[in-house]
Amino acid sequence: MSLARIQVPPSAKRGEVIEVRIAIQHAMEAGFRYDNNGRTIPKNVINTLVARYNGTEVFRAELGSGISANPYLQFFMTAEASGDIEFSWVDDAGERGSERAAIVVVG
Amino acid sequence: MTACLLAIVILAACSTQAAQPVPLKSGVEFASADVRSLQQDDFANPGMLWVTRGAKLWLEPAGSDGKACGTCHGDANRSMKGVASRYPRIDSVSTGLINLEGRIQQCRERRQHAPLMAYESDELLALTAYVASQSRGIPVNVEIDGFHRAHFERGRAMYYQRVGQMNLACTNCHDANWSKKLGAETVSQGHGNAYPIYRLEWQAAGSLQRRFRSCLSGVRAEMFPYGAAEYLDLELYLAWRGQGLAIETPGVRR
Ligand code: HEC
Ligand code: HEC
Repeated sequence: MSLARIQVPPSAKRGEVIEVRIAIQHAMEAGFRYDNNGRTIPKNVINTLVARYNGTEVFRAELGSGISANPYLQFFMTAEASGDIEFSWVDDAGERGSERAAIVVVG
Repeated sequence: MTACLLAIVILAACSTQAAQPVPLKSGVEFASADVRSLQQDDFANPGMLWVTRGAKLWLEPAGSDGKACGTCHGDANRSMKGVASRYPRIDSVSTGLINLEGRIQQCRERRQHAPLMAYESDELLALTAYVASQSRGIPVNVEIDGFHRAHFERGRAMYYQRVGQMNLACTNCHDANWSKKLGAETVSQGHGNAYPIYRLEWQAAGSLQRRFRSCLSGVRAEMFPYGAAEYLDLELYLAWRGQGLAIETPGVRR
């Protein structure tokens, strides 16, 4: 189960610059550790994260093994219309996750 | 007699109740500014991921009767408020000492008839962090009388017992040397009021017992298995020693 928390202001004025934050629970296994039997734990990190605002891509990040576990990202964007900000991501094992948050834009 | 007087001077261990540190300071006060601000930001605090997972698990039916925690306890914001501040405590049925993890496991077994969660599993940490976070701001207030007494005494004895290849007791660091540096760490007073915490070194959330294991392995002493009676007694002694500190779960540490 992939779990994430997103924070966007519940409402904003049209044209306002808003802060969007996301935190995802993921081990971001760098591939440099060993298990109790001495076997390498394979690298498995979230390699791609995309945010879409009402369907249009507004943010994309490519992450590598240098990013700590449970990654936290934030970016700024301009509020244009009410709707959804949807994040989706995929890790090296092919597991996908997504989470969305609604925003109301006034004015 | 003389030996005991000497011990009073050195350890204050001959009085019936050992001392609380003065002034009482939560571990977060010894953390660096960036770690402190991470703990204080309810969104950036990575421990909140476990709390959020706990909130989901709270509503998830488990076991043969298909009951969730919330089926019986309703809104945790109300029903679990203040609960963590009273643990560890004596379980009235078994008259044994249990911590919050143990209490949750009991409901899991007796009330949900669901399989136990492994100690230190993400599930148990998540539920514990979720339940404990409902007591944020509420002062620790445990009982040490009655059936609690023997556990308290054992916990206290352990706290003052030198152990390991380094021959150090908890008190040598957490009473005699708090606020001083140990390598890159600032030694705190060693309280449990922010647990479970998110520790950057672990890259994950962990229980108070995991922290005990770090300290024991640090002085190269024997580590007890998770859930061991020794740890429970120690948890009770520490809670009493930090009596009055507000619960801060989920804390963040380096
Ligand atoms: C050699 C010194 C040393 C000894 C002995 C030691 N600790 Fe620690 N302890 C540390 C350091 C360093 C830390 C990490 C910094 C901090 O939070 O104090 C720590 C952290 C802790 C914490 C976490 C505090 C917080 O706010 O996160 C607790 C609880 C704790 N120790 C309890 C114990 C107990 C119980 C014992 C005895 C079994 C013990 N320690 C023995 C050095 C020690
Ligand atoms: C079938 C009903 C039922 C379910 C399901 C249930 N509990 Fe309980 N729980 C109780 C009752 C009744 C008590 C108090 C009586 C007792 O068992 O000692 C209690 C007590 C507790 C306490 C101690 C409260 C205190 O004041 O000390 C905690 C914590 C707790 N439950 C957590 C949970 C969690 C977490 C879950 C889900 C994993 C859960 N419970 C599921 C019925 C339930």
